[in-house]
Amino acid sequence: MFFQSYSAIIQGIDAHIISVEVDVCDGLPMFSLVGLLSSETREAKDRVRISIRNSGFKIPTKHITVNLSPADIRKDGTAFDLAISMALLCAFGYIPKDCLEHTLFIGELSLDGSVKGINGVLPMVYGAKKEGFLRCFVPKDNAKEAALVKGIEVYGVDTLGELVDYFIGGGEIFQVKSPDFTLEKEKETIDFSDVLGQENVKRAVEVAVSGMHNLLILGPPGAGKTMIAKRIPTIMPELSFEESLEISKIYSISGLLNEEQSYVKERPFRSPHHSITAPSLIGGGAMAKPGEISLSEGGVLFLDELPEFNSNTLEMLRQPLEERKVTISRLQGSYTYPANFMLVGAMNPCKCGYYPDRTRCHCSEHQVKRYLGKISRPFLDRMDLCVEASEMKFQDLALKEKGESSKDIRERVKQAREIQKKRFEKESIRFNGEMSAKMLERYCQVGEKEQMLLERIFAKFELSARSYHRILKVARTIADLDASEKITVAHLSEAICYRGIDAKYWGGGMTA
Amino acid sequence: MSQQKVLENWLAGINEIGPIKAKVLLDAFGCEEGIWNATKGELEKLEKINEKDIAALLDEKRKVVVAEEYEKLSQKGIRIVSIHDEDYPESLRVIDKMPYALYVRGALPDVHKASIAIVGARTCTPYGREIASWFGRELSKAGVQVISGMAYGIDSVAHNAALEGKTPTFAVLGSGIDVCYPKENFNLYMEICKQGGVISEYGLGVPGKAFQFPMRNRIISGLCDGVLVVEARKRSGSLITADFALEHGKSVFALPGRIGDVFSEGCLNLIKQGAEPVTEPGDILKSFQMEQIVRGKMINAEPCELDTPEKILYASLSLEPKHIETIVEETGFLVTECLALLLKMELDGFVNQTSQNWYTRKIIEG
Repeated sequence: MFFQSYSAIIQGIDAHIISVEVDVCDGLPMFSLVGLLSSETREAKDRVRISIRNSGFKIPTKHITVNLSPADIRKDGTAFDLAISMALLCAFGYIPKDCLEHTLFIGELSLDGSVKGINGVLPMVYGAKKEGFLRCFVPKDNAKEAALVKGIEVYGVDTLGELVDYFIGGGEIFQVKSPDFTLEKEKETIDFSDVLGQENVKRAVEVAVSGMHNLLILGPPGAGKTMIAKRIPTIMPELSFEESLEISKIYSISGLLNEEQSYVKERPFRSPHHSITAPSLIGGGAMAKPGEISLSEGGVLFLDELPEFNSNTLEMLRQPLEERKVTISRLQGSYTYPANFMLVGAMNPCKCGYYPDRTRCHCSEHQVKRYLGKISRPFLDRMDLCVEASEMKFQDLALKEKGESSKDIRERVKQAREIQKKRFEKESIRFNGEMSAKMLERYCQVGEKEQMLLERIFAKFELSARSYHRILKVARTIADLDASEKITVAHLSEAICYRGIDAKYWGGGMTA
Repeated sequence: MSQQKVLENWLAGINEIGPIKAKVLLDAFGCEEGIWNATKGELEKLEKINEKDIAALLDEKRKVVVAEEYEKLSQKGIRIVSIHDEDYPESLRVIDKMPYALYVRGALPDVHKASIAIVGARTCTPYGREIASWFGRELSKAGVQVISGMAYGIDSVAHNAALEGKTPTFAVLGSGIDVCYPKENFNLYMEICKQGGVISEYGLGVPGKAFQFPMRNRIISGLCDGVLVVEARKRSGSLITADFALEHGKSVFALPGRIGDVFSEGCLNLIKQGAEPVTEPGDILKSFQMEQIVRGKMINAEPCELDTPEKILYASLSLEPKHIETIVEETGFLVTECLALLLKMELDGFVNQTSQNWYTRKIIEG
């Protein structure tokens, strides 16, 4: 007799439906599980057999074969246990066959028959809905996140016995309601009004967020670089449901959703320690998992103490920064994760942190150069804006007057983004920060006066083509913030002041 | 190829034989050929010459490599000027530990022209940089040869400024004549070779060792007519140069600074000891009894060609770098306005951005 149930597997951030085929026939008693399985999946055989027995069902002495199809996709993880056991119970005649139709089963089984939570339920359910499934049974732990997907019935299951009871009419499992999509109330603890002074940094942050430009903040220790960075998500536009769903999918795969936070309610702010390895930053590992850059999707990836990061690790960021996604190739296949994030770096200007204050900084020119040299030029070239935070002065600290609130800044950011949305309607990009050289020609036309200024700048500061483009992109965003269609001299001048670190200014002693 | 020069290069190239031992040997044997042919017995009789020195002098390899070494030197366009030569700087003959020979790439300073040594700290402030540049440029324009040590900081700034001023400038190295240290200064090294000269007591490939740098300071001091110390900490190599200058009877100029400023401590001590404080390049020219054609208005002058908001900005700046945040606070302008104005003034040459978001005034050329 042949029976079939359905489960799913995660590939990249998308789910693939797997059908579990069970055949029970006469012959030597045996239980075989096939279909290109990893070891934890192969162990499902024992988990399923014992949990079925411990749930009070007898396994007949027959020749049992289970195939996970398609058999050419490598399967890992423990999400198939529930689907396998349901197909078997159906084959043994405990539940009717129609229970398995249009139904997805996800969950790991414990030996006592209880169903345990797994990672990646949200994208699996999302995938099932797209494939036309009508209902899904997921572990109770994951029920809330699964319910975020609308248009498919979601049931949270506690034990195997309970599920069988439900099918044969003896028990009740309630459908989990979709949670109301509400965003986190603005946390009162974090707001831009907490930042006193630092007007130039705040302005640069506003520009950077508006156009999704990458930002580098320099400054002595204790200047408030980290404090400002932490507040960047608060001035980004609120998450929409679709965005939240996309980000939640990534978090689901990484196992970061739980009972309290069943979906991502605020823009991510990821701040990995500088000892981070390349696979955990970019994504990867033997079984590919999304890295920090994907977890920062739609939000901020903050790298504090930039020069302390392993330089090879940083270099790996270059490609995802350009492509806004990352593709990881493994023997079993390649996985693509989104990487649409705003990169914010913070660093001291030298090892002791006080350069260019020569009364306190005792680093030699060479040491300063070497410290900065830890970050490669191609990487620096990708930082569209660069500002220096100054040290906090007592007057600033004693100031009773609060700065502008995140809400006010956010309104301006939203308006600037609205303009960009219109501009790029027909393009594949959304923000000024993503413009290619060709688009620059189209969208960043400048007048004669502006052209002259650019020419002077180009000669005086010995700009590269890339930094020239960067200035144009940033100027475009500044003009957008000003709701001005034209890029004016004022916009350009400001953008020029945010240009990245010039080799000339760093240890300028060499060339005077 | 002159045999004499080959032997001079040989003698100058022996690490163990410094200026004093070279003199002892020359006094004993009369000429380089005599030293070359000296036997072990003869050498042992000399005072101050120890076993190590003798071993180095009688090194077996010498016959094979000596001609080859000299060939390499001339291929690189480097001359060796020894105490026997006519163009050996007269001013060096009178100094203690007179160098036996100098390696020269380019020219030697013109004895008929005035020359000034501009020295100072390697880690210097933007203020020191600006002043060194001003003095170097203006003195060079006035026809004074600038001599320095091509180190980081003040030295490099002075050389670069002097290159702008078009009078030849000279670098005295503490490493081998063909060893550019620090290597970031390679372009500067090549420029100085063209517009002036690079001088060293040390031959090809000699690495820069710590003790050699104070030693070269005596040559800097010996070659110049006066030493200007721009910025020096309490214990600074520049003070060694100033000491040598006093010893050699040269004028010592120092840039006055504030009390308590670590970068001026050395200079202030010099002034206490009698060095002449200078506030503009003209002071040095006056001391050299040269015509004063110095341009560049001093710092407090308010440039009349600026508009009012620019004047306000300019007034809030000084030669000490100021952060944009402070400027905004003091002037009351918006950050965006400030940035735009500062950029314009930077392009027009009134303002200097010393590092990201830090600004200073520039000394204006009139």
